[in-house]
Amino acid sequence: MDLQLSEEQELIVGMVRRFVRDEILPLELDLDPDADQLAPADSQRLIAKTKEMGLYGLGIPPEFGGPDVDLVTRTLLAIEMAQHRAGLYAPCYGVFGGAGLAQLFEADDAQKEKYLYPTLRGEMRGFFGLTESSGGSDPARAIQTKAVRDGDDWIINGSKIFISGADRADYGLVFARTDPEKGRNGITCFIVETSWPGFHVRRVVHTLRSAHYATELQFEDLRVPHANVLGEVNKGFAIANDRLSRQRIPYAAGCIGVAVKANELALEYAGQRETFGALLSSRQSIQWMLVDNEIDIKTATWLTLEAAAKADRGEPFRKEAAMAKLVASEAGGRVVDRSMQIFGGYGVTKDFPFERWYREMRIRRIGEGPSEVQRHVIARDLLGASLR
Amino acid sequence: MTKAWSTCDAVSIDALPGQVGVFELANAPGETLYIGCADARTLFGLRSAVRERVDEIEDAVSFRVEVTTAYHSRWRELLMVHVADHGALPRHNEEVAGLGRLSPG
Repeated sequence: MDLQLSEEQELIVGMVRRFVRDEILPLELDLDPDADQLAPADSQRLIAKTKEMGLYGLGIPPEFGGPDVDLVTRTLLAIEMAQHRAGLYAPCYGVFGGAGLAQLFEADDAQKEKYLYPTLRGEMRGFFGLTESSGGSDPARAIQTKAVRDGDDWIINGSKIFISGADRADYGLVFARTDPEKGRNGITCFIVETSWPGFHVRRVVHTLRSAHYATELQFEDLRVPHANVLGEVNKGFAIANDRLSRQRIPYAAGCIGVAVKANELALEYAGQRETFGALLSSRQSIQWMLVDNEIDIKTATWLTLEAAAKADRGEPFRKEAAMAKLVASEAGGRVVDRSMQIFGGYGVTKDFPFERWYREMRIRRIGEGPSEVQRHVIARDLLGASLR
Repeated sequence: MTKAWSTCDAVSIDALPGQVGVFELANAPGETLYIGCADARTLFGLRSAVRERVDEIEDAVSFRVEVTTAYHSRWRELLMVHVADHGALPRHNEEVAGLGRLSPG
């Protein structure tokens, strides 16, 4: 097993590291500490740069026009892209592009023309509508939204909660129960346009993140053409599961990136700040915090890269992705907490990024499947069908 | 926002908290003229943000505020609700990039 980055990886990682340092960090000095968007002119300018770098649309497969970059390298880049104040949830403020969770790679040709390609060109926005008030981690049982066939259409009734970006989207992936008797084999994924009658964004759901919010959706006799079924009828669970498994690796990488930056700031501060006549870095209590930070970062990094390497080799990676997400989100929280402690009073002010990371990192232990569900996924993999 | 309206006078504005949050300004007939946000860059939070806008908007006669750390998302929510109710942003608000759509029902 080679743990050394290749020359090409060193080059590309260095390029993104410089981009964050030279382009993103200076802009953040003038932004509100909770901002998650750049001014449109800055955004356009930086998108042009990432296109020039050949790194725009990193999450998009090459057959759909994305750069041909393996998942290990993308993970290394995601760690770099998160190393700024907004980096956990808005890495580089989105200037590297991508389709988010509303990817339509199972789409048929007509659906690709209508939704996928415009999304990849940045002309349309999608959302991912899975979670309901009855639960998000067990969609096979929790999905209550129903779709009933009516001629060439389906009629959808129900609601979704904690849905990001639905109020600004043109369409979304909505998972609904199409056969109440079949559990996970009775769920279908529909492509739903937000302008259709019966689609409602009922309210904003405020969270620990100030700049970003979730929404609550309601579907009232929402008529969807059969042509807008994504994949096959009653096979939607596999689509949801695939998205959630794949998402765990970049999710873990974001946590690691923020932890790296928090630790870097803490190391620098500990080497400058004097208390009772000596530098913080000379105190064993501080040294041990920094050592624990380093161990947490390394552990999370190797687990995440291992998951990415398995995915790159086409091997099953569900267990490894769950371990990466679990360890990185918990380790990231500890690193930010220790680094904040080292900064003392300044650590809790909005003058420094720790307080934002502290709030947002707490969400990471719940979002995309809480730690307990990740442990359940790992246990199921270790113990096999006996746990189902 | 359901907070009580206050008159736009120096005493009321000086009494505002220095915290971050959101605010609304209205004219004499009660039309909402502006929905604003006192973010973490404002020198004295709501106090300075309201004072600055009242000085700029001549027909503003009353204001109301809400202290909230979720100032960004709450501000966007208030704008979206206003658009849903009235079909447009308040007169003195500029277009907001990427503002979503709500149908509160």
